[in-house]
Amino acid sequence: MPETSKPEIRKLGYGEAVNAALHRLMEELPETLVYGEDVGVPGGVFGVTRGLRKSFGARVFDTPISEAAILGSAVGAAMMGRRPIVEIMWADFSLVALDQIVNQAANVRYVSAGRLTAPLTIRTQQGNAPGACAQHSQCLEALFLHVPGLRVCMPSTPQDAYDLLVTAVHCDDPVLVIENRTLYFGARQEVTVGGPVPPMGGVRVRHPGSDVTVVTWGAMTWRAVEAAELLAGEGIGVEVVETPWLNPFDTEAVVAAAGRTRRLAVVHEANVTGGFGAEVVARVAQAGVPLLAPPIRIGAPDVRMPAAPVLAQALLPDADRIAGEVRTLVRG
Amino acid sequence: MSERRLADLLAMWRIRAFEEKVRDLRLEGPIVGSVHLCIGQEAIPVGACDVLEPEDALYATYRGHGWAIARGVPVEALFAELMGRATGVNGGRGGSAYFTAADHGFHGENSIVGAGAPIACGAALAGRFDGSDRAAVTVFGDGAMNQGAVHEAMNFAAAFDLPVVFVCENNRYSELTPIADMVRAPRLADRAAAYGMPGYRIDGNDAEAVRFHMRDALEVAREGGGPTLLECMTERIVGHYIGDAENYRKPGELDRIRRREPIARLKEGLLADGVPAAEIDAVEEKARGEIEAAAAAAMAAPYADPATAREHLYA
Repeated sequence: MPETSKPEIRKLGYGEAVNAALHRLMEELPETLVYGEDVGVPGGVFGVTRGLRKSFGARVFDTPISEAAILGSAVGAAMMGRRPIVEIMWADFSLVALDQIVNQAANVRYVSAGRLTAPLTIRTQQGNAPGACAQHSQCLEALFLHVPGLRVCMPSTPQDAYDLLVTAVHCDDPVLVIENRTLYFGARQEVTVGGPVPPMGGVRVRHPGSDVTVVTWGAMTWRAVEAAELLAGEGIGVEVVETPWLNPFDTEAVVAAAGRTRRLAVVHEANVTGGFGAEVVARVAQAGVPLLAPPIRIGAPDVRMPAAPVLAQALLPDADRIAGEVRTLVRG
Repeated sequence: MSERRLADLLAMWRIRAFEEKVRDLRLEGPIVGSVHLCIGQEAIPVGACDVLEPEDALYATYRGHGWAIARGVPVEALFAELMGRATGVNGGRGGSAYFTAADHGFHGENSIVGAGAPIACGAALAGRFDGSDRAAVTVFGDGAMNQGAVHEAMNFAAAFDLPVVFVCENNRYSELTPIADMVRAPRLADRAAAYGMPGYRIDGNDAEAVRFHMRDALEVAREGGGPTLLECMTERIVGHYIGDAENYRKPGELDRIRRREPIARLKEGLLADGVPAAEIDAVEEKARGEIEAAAAAAMAAPYADPATAREHLYA
């Protein structure tokens, strides 16, 4: 990976960190393009692409509300040596054009026996926020994790929002970067920008503990940490292991963590059935980790997502619910 | 003049002889699975590819064998692909519906109806930034004109003046169903006006007519004039797939189609212009000889190695 600028530390929010990564990528990779609905002149509905159009001109542009055209053209441009970074405003909208992701992008390298590649990055955001409707709240990562040929990550900190995007765009395969809009305007943190970034994969231990391992990703990471802090007061040590990269998934690190505490809970915002939590549990089980109690999955129940905040809150895992279920897992 | 038409005849015979051989191999066993032949539609790829530049990007459909051949992809590698050989153009990973040979400006067939149209827009878009003079061509059938992705692509290309030529091979059937029953306005080329681009309905059984309109459309595209839609009227003489009972055809329909299919028509024209019959027949023999040799060579190649089945998924 080329290093075009020296590392420096800046105080950035999550959305600002994405913006900083985009600026860096546009500078260091002349083949990058940034486009999507309202990302150019308006700078994105969440302001994440602000300033790019001004700095990089025609390489940043607005498109019609046409997800198949956005994603399909990104596949075509990527096959021709560009490195498009396209935005799908809400993950729910990717469903309109799933063909271009699943049938097209994910197949390019394999069916051409490696003679063609599709190095595109799809940025999107997902999850529930108060008042969001059923078609603007879904957590769809499991859908994409079922598709060989795609890379998938879900950053939860400003540093990872920066690093993961840089890694994604440098990757020669299609990568889906799923951000979370509840994090865009969170507190500014110190972010190292401009230097080398960690390679794809790996885990982040967000809270230490030796009684139980909680594997989680996305915005749930911080609810799991909150739960771990609650339980620490009760003498239960919860190790929160965040897996910002879901493909490639660091099975080895997760198995090792579960082997240390011998208890496993997986927390995700997506509903439980067919969720990636099932895969995590299966991998740990298959690795033969001798767990002291059956592993548990904590996620939304298999229901549609209601608009009323009071109804949505009844479904989504929060710190209290996570703490309660993990407490039962440990204490029985 | 007759020289070019003889060249067209040879190019069309190469495609037809290939497709007929494919049909035989499919029925005899060496080729398995779904195969969609373009017999009767050869004039469109022959006319169109004649005026494409090497750097132009072509996206075809699963009825795209003729387009691959017209683009100059070696037929031995195509046969090998169909028979799962290691020497296949995709190393056996693509099959009939996913021939891909980027080194020949053939960016692939696609077995999802209409999916290539937005991808072609991207190839054209890339040309705007890489200093090339590339145009992109996307080919699809009449059925694809009712796919959302094609509408999105046409608007996308028009809105950004992208150098794309949309080639609709209207063979009157969307798979097994008459297109006339599936649309209110049967002249599909008329839709171009709605996107602010020119659209022409042309004789797709005449390679010269296709060449003429394609050259024009490419010129407009390269000059920054944006996309064009060419609705090429044609008819397939065979089923949608091998094994199609074709019970949707009217009595006598295939006989009428055979009288106006492109090879028969061109032969008739050449004869009328005084080209000796022996010279015309020699063209067919030459093509068939090439195809037979390529098929035999492909069949002699080893199968794709099962140990490589997991390769090429990621960088």
